[in-house]
Amino acid sequence: MRKVIAVYVENKYGVLTRVSGLIMRRGFNIDSLTVGETEDPNYSRITITMDGDEYLMHQVINQLYKLHNVKKVKQLDNSNSVERELMLVKVKNTKENRAEVISATEIFRAKVIDYTPEALTVEVTGPTAKINAFIDVMKPLGIVEMCRTGVVALERGDSIL
Amino acid sequence: MTEKKGEIMNGARILIETLIEQGVTDIFGYPGGQVINIYDELYKCSDRINHVLTAHEQGASHAADGYARVTGKVGVCLATSGPGATNLVTGIATAMLDSVPLVAITGNVPNSLIGRDSFQELNITGVTLPITKHNYFVSRVEDLADTIREAFQIAKSGRPGPVLIDIPKDVQTALYEYVPMPEVEAEETPDAPEDLIDQAVELINSCKRPYIYIGGGAAGCSLTKDLMKFAEKIDAFIGTSFMGLSVMPNSYDRFLGMEGMHGHYASTMANKDADLILAVGVRFSDRATGKTSKYCKGAKIIQLDPDISEIGKNVPVDIGLIGNIYTSFLKIAERVSEASHPEWNKYVHELVETEKKIFAEEEAKHVDTIMPKKLFDIINEIKDKNTIVCTDVGQHQMWAAQYTDFEAARRFASSGGLGTMGYGLGAAIGAYTATKDRTILITGDGSFGMNLNELATAVTYNVPVVIVLLNNGVLGMVRQWQTLFFNQHYSNTILERKTDFVKLAEAFGARGVRVSNLDEFRAAFSEAMEKQDGPVVIETIIDIDEMVLPMLPPGGAIDDIITAKEQVLK
Repeated sequence: MRKVIAVYVENKYGVLTRVSGLIMRRGFNIDSLTVGETEDPNYSRITITMDGDEYLMHQVINQLYKLHNVKKVKQLDNSNSVERELMLVKVKNTKENRAEVISATEIFRAKVIDYTPEALTVEVTGPTAKINAFIDVMKPLGIVEMCRTGVVALERGDSIL
Repeated sequence: MTEKKGEIMNGARILIETLIEQGVTDIFGYPGGQVINIYDELYKCSDRINHVLTAHEQGASHAADGYARVTGKVGVCLATSGPGATNLVTGIATAMLDSVPLVAITGNVPNSLIGRDSFQELNITGVTLPITKHNYFVSRVEDLADTIREAFQIAKSGRPGPVLIDIPKDVQTALYEYVPMPEVEAEETPDAPEDLIDQAVELINSCKRPYIYIGGGAAGCSLTKDLMKFAEKIDAFIGTSFMGLSVMPNSYDRFLGMEGMHGHYASTMANKDADLILAVGVRFSDRATGKTSKYCKGAKIIQLDPDISEIGKNVPVDIGLIGNIYTSFLKIAERVSEASHPEWNKYVHELVETEKKIFAEEEAKHVDTIMPKKLFDIINEIKDKNTIVCTDVGQHQMWAAQYTDFEAARRFASSGGLGTMGYGLGAAIGAYTATKDRTILITGDGSFGMNLNELATAVTYNVPVVIVLLNNGVLGMVRQWQTLFFNQHYSNTILERKTDFVKLAEAFGARGVRVSNLDEFRAAFSEAMEKQDGPVVIETIIDIDEMVLPMLPPGGAIDDIITAKEQVLK
């Protein structure tokens, strides 16, 4: 079962290295890691998604707490949080696939954000499952390049880290 | 203009002033290109802070570590950039694994040369990331003093550990104002939650076979007397991990000694058969538990530790108490009811008798050779309560752990977690520098060979360390495994060196003696302990086939304990 961990860290030199280094050397396997500034520019928020049992999650959280620059760590409850991921995907622009790319884009409520005679670039936002589904549709149409941000997540309602 | 509160000085001087302000009286180090400015200020401040020049930066890191282990103060070492900094790495890792408070200071090339592969430039903060509690690259002189203060606080708070501060040369030369501050206090660790303490008390009250298992976490908190009172109150026995040695006096009859891979028979078996284990500052290392899936299945385990990540990390526990060891323990001790467990008492005493029998059987096998236990009997007889015992790593270390009698806390310095061969001589120099108490180094010919260059330091500073060098001509511990588990394939463990340790000691300006029986050892050792006029190497010839027993075979459980080698070598 995939878990999401939110980590509130000081926005300082090397903090991302400390967090990712810890995850690596303790042998934890992560699916994605995103980082960005928060409402307070002195702090950043790191969102980690990973697979693991209860023991492993405890270890990750407790080990992260030991890092001096880490201020808060919380495993987010899937049923009580919202998650989003963003992907940019570039597909070949050919007579044969153009219509299908555009209609899939509409159905997925995605956006074409670049259009040239050679290629189309589409922006998709949503939970990970939706992004994966869109990739499945695009694959046979010829993906040239793609990149995804990894998950960002917040708890629902007024609860915070 | 802001009001001037302090004196303007260069970064190197700010460093020295802040160290002095933080209570540092001794530092261990080695000069080099990127720390010349710091050494210039040390020169000017030599009446206020003592610098010990070691033969190698690794020796400085171990000296700072030994200094910290015997005092509880933060040890400080200093090295230049590049190779100077990497030479500290083993010492920093040693301190990390054993939770020793250490501040390591390194110079680096100026900010303008960082990232250009400049001469002796190295990203030491990157290198030491996994082996420090925290580390800093100080890019601005404005941040220097506060960074040092924060480093000291981190090093000594909660579960202690090493902190590295890397200071580029331009920060050492830049001018800034220094405002003195008081010495930082360790951050207070809160007590374990009341409801969990009560649950622990309830478990203890309902047990029949209690075993108190203490470790390195108990070493720093003067719990000796309280542990004794507690053990008597609930009729329990006390065993220790390697790191918990020297917390309890060996003369105490409820103390069973070290348990684990090479633990005392009685302690290891009592640990296995207890129905309640109160673990105080231990992390259930694989060397202490044997196979964890079979570890203490019949016992309720209560684990008390300040480090949240240790609770249940290696073995599942019934109650995890995260908090201040000292105060939380006292609360438990106060709330438990008095109890007596005659059957448990009888059982443990039988274990102790069996242990004696095992010793007697082993003794009978030693006709012409030195039995390590006998050697330590002599050491125990001659050393006093305050004598510090340092070791390297290997068979001699385990014998020292099994047979040394400690009667006071913080008298043992040895690399437990990392198992650093070559740790001991540096540590002994550090321990002596800190205390001026009589200091013994127990070492082997393999370990001693790693960092014997520090003999030069011991001679220069007239450190009267008594070095008991157990020479069996082999890397004994690995060879022991090869004997027992690798069909006697002695791959690269037979040294066949022609080193004359007596001449070697003399060449360094130390004294050297070679002994080959217990009487000669007694004479040489008591003379060295009495004279205390500089380092002495007592090369003690022991048999090549001498083993550390008991032993839990690698990957085995406590039930697989080997008490005599004939059990394996049929």
